[in-house]
Amino acid sequence: MQLKKTLGITLLLLAVCLLTASLSENFLSSYNLENLLRRTALFGIISIGVAFVIVTGGIDLSVGSVICLAGCGLPWLLTTQGWSLPSALMAVALVSAGIGLLHGLLITKLGIQPFVVTLCGLMMYRGIARGFTGDQTVGFGDGFKGLRSLATGRIELPFIDGFALPAPCVFLLVIALLAAFFLNRTIYGRYLLALGRSEEAARYSGINTGRMTVLAYVLCSCLAGFGGVLFVLDVNIAQPSDCGNFYELYAISAAVLGGCSLRGGVGTIYGVLIGAALMQTLRNMIVLTTRHQHMEFAIIGAVLLAGVVADELIKRRHLRRKAVRSLREESTPA
Amino acid sequence: MDMSAPLLEAGNLVKTFPGVRALKGVSLMLRRGEVLAVIGENGGGKSTLMKILAGVQPADSGEIFLDGQPAEVASVPDALARGIALIHQELNLADNLDIAANLFLGREKHRFGVIDKPAQYRAARQLLEAVGLEADPSALVSALSIGQQQQVEIAKALSLNARILIMDEPTSSLTTRESEQLFEVIRDLRAKGVGIVYISHRLAEVMDLADRVTVLRDGANAGNLEKSEISHEAMVRLMVGRDVSRFYPHKSGEPSQPVLEAEDLRTPAYPQHGLNFTIRAGEIVGLSGLVGAGRTEMMQTLFGITPATGGRLKIAGNILVPQTPLEAINAGMALVPEDRKKQGVVLEMTVSENVSLASLRRDQKAGLINRRAESDLCREMIGKLHIKTPDGKQLAQFLSGGNQQKVVLGKWLAMRPRVLLLDEPTRGIDVGAKQEIYQLMEQLAADGVAILFVSSEMEELLGMADRVLVMHEGRMAGELTGSGLNEESVMHLATGGRYSTSKSTCN
Repeated sequence: MQLKKTLGITLLLLAVCLLTASLSENFLSSYNLENLLRRTALFGIISIGVAFVIVTGGIDLSVGSVICLAGCGLPWLLTTQGWSLPSALMAVALVSAGIGLLHGLLITKLGIQPFVVTLCGLMMYRGIARGFTGDQTVGFGDGFKGLRSLATGRIELPFIDGFALPAPCVFLLVIALLAAFFLNRTIYGRYLLALGRSEEAARYSGINTGRMTVLAYVLCSCLAGFGGVLFVLDVNIAQPSDCGNFYELYAISAAVLGGCSLRGGVGTIYGVLIGAALMQTLRNMIVLTTRHQHMEFAIIGAVLLAGVVADELIKRRHLRRKAVRSLREESTPA
Repeated sequence: MDMSAPLLEAGNLVKTFPGVRALKGVSLMLRRGEVLAVIGENGGGKSTLMKILAGVQPADSGEIFLDGQPAEVASVPDALARGIALIHQELNLADNLDIAANLFLGREKHRFGVIDKPAQYRAARQLLEAVGLEADPSALVSALSIGQQQQVEIAKALSLNARILIMDEPTSSLTTRESEQLFEVIRDLRAKGVGIVYISHRLAEVMDLADRVTVLRDGANAGNLEKSEISHEAMVRLMVGRDVSRFYPHKSGEPSQPVLEAEDLRTPAYPQHGLNFTIRAGEIVGLSGLVGAGRTEMMQTLFGITPATGGRLKIAGNILVPQTPLEAINAGMALVPEDRKKQGVVLEMTVSENVSLASLRRDQKAGLINRRAESDLCREMIGKLHIKTPDGKQLAQFLSGGNQQKVVLGKWLAMRPRVLLLDEPTRGIDVGAKQEIYQLMEQLAADGVAILFVSSEMEELLGMADRVLVMHEGRMAGELTGSGLNEESVMHLATGGRYSTSKSTCN
């Protein structure tokens, strides 16, 4: 079931790639592919974080604002405030983790709905970023070239001329492997999946469901913070009113496209990656092949809806068949 | 209208649910200005009967007469139009609206669609007066006590000109004072000629209030008692039946070490009652009581789900009041919960993932899932418990209820518990699987596991238990063992009887 699901979206991604390549010769240019991969990597990282929260049956709407806070905070601390690089990075990491901890505790200890908690976060963190920057664009200027190469760097690959792997892809790969390992091979990953499907049954089995839920929100905010840092390193400047705007929706869409259920308990890291890639490829296709770039959200929204509807229909058929089969098995004498 | 005919008469009502015959031909008669109490054990058919009379669900066959005329009660509006109102155990009020809005919900007094509030408040005030509720009609229902909310429900029924009022366990969530107020209202209505069908587990109330008693047992009439015949003993005898007591061969448990000792244990649900009991290794102890007696709450407190608010617990010699299920598990306890599908199994996970859920932590290798241990365990439990499944990868939701329960048991057997708590372990599962679960309990007890099981099935309780603890309204009403352990004595304690010594039985 899981495999079939990810197979479907993988085929869809390939189809979109082929279609775009046939419509525009620019698609396969190494400049375009590198850009596409870089954006996929950046969005993939934040989508993995959101996927952890969605697996618990929760939601995190504050991702875009955490990106803004981290993305504006780092250059602001380094250039305006003159902090040293290690202390600035440490501060960004601590604030990101603290935000996740706050969300998790409010949700598990006070029982406030994740939607509400993170909606408030969505408004607060961007507001804070606009506050301390005076709503002015912040950036690195000509400095921090070495640091910026973490996001802008290209890794020349052997055997392939003219194409280099964007550095964020390496981060994405490492994070995705770690995340997949965590979710599938560790007992904690299993706990997350179990509590996402039935919090009560998990709790009755001796699992500290509260602590695991908090962990998911902390992971999500940390990855959002890291993503924010990479975003600002990539483009060099950050506009507090705009940085990371709507990115939580990209991330949630990628996770849902990749097979995560908002009801919780279902999701694979591979699916989320393909989902993030599909979102960015669609966007790329619109940019390259049409003059209607403002239609981007309409088209992405329609594809997402179609994907979710198709998935629901397939699932229903699957369940019905399985129910019929098990009925038949039970009625035959053992 | 024939005034001499009974207000309501029902004859030979039959109702079948898939796999269960809930009513096997029940009859009932209610006169004007009379309180008829309907009593019986859990699952006796009381609720089904009431739902049929109030039009919530139709009977498969049988007839209903109102004022001597054959009548069909096909739906709730139909029943209301005929003057029959049901007041549910759970109240059906919109607590975000005020009293008047609730009273006239769906039939608001209005002018061109605009609610005429003054007229509504006026009418509401009269209705509230009739039931003796001193409250402003503009008060929000959420601000009322449960007892007052019930009075609003009664007022609503009266506003519909109800002549027959069916009340399902109306005092189950009321304080003593609120109950007394309710009785006053009931007596008042009776004096006005309203017929009242009163369902209750509390026999003391019934003795106080009822003009007649109809007893149901196993979906059939067990007998009727006239006013002069009503007594605690007579009601219990009819509820239990004279012929039922079937004795199972009890294993005579040799005295052994106490494994679970509760001393003045207080549950959050009933903090006013301290619970005391001891369970020994190798013992199978039953826990009986009516719905709402606090059995499940006690099990959940023992297992650390709703931690105790006071008292002491000694588990295998260690003093520990579990604050979380994990603490209880680490102390050697396991709980097979009442709600199998929500609390027992994770329906959308595989058999294997379910069986290993509790033991993952123990079998881990530096945080990693020990896949070898997981698949070995799954194979072992499928074999040992005869779980019918194609393989361990089957999702739990596709198993039958009995096999799901075996999955839950497998999860706990993997932890080799010293105390096994079972909450209604055989509810809703087929006979074959039941038998297997009984055998498993016997075997575990023989291996020295202490077992405490909640059951509403009398036969199971008497057949399996060495000893039975009985709860009533949150307190430990008594303990029955040996020759004193029989249906009548259990029922007596469960319904609030005061003595716990072995009484002579009637069979």
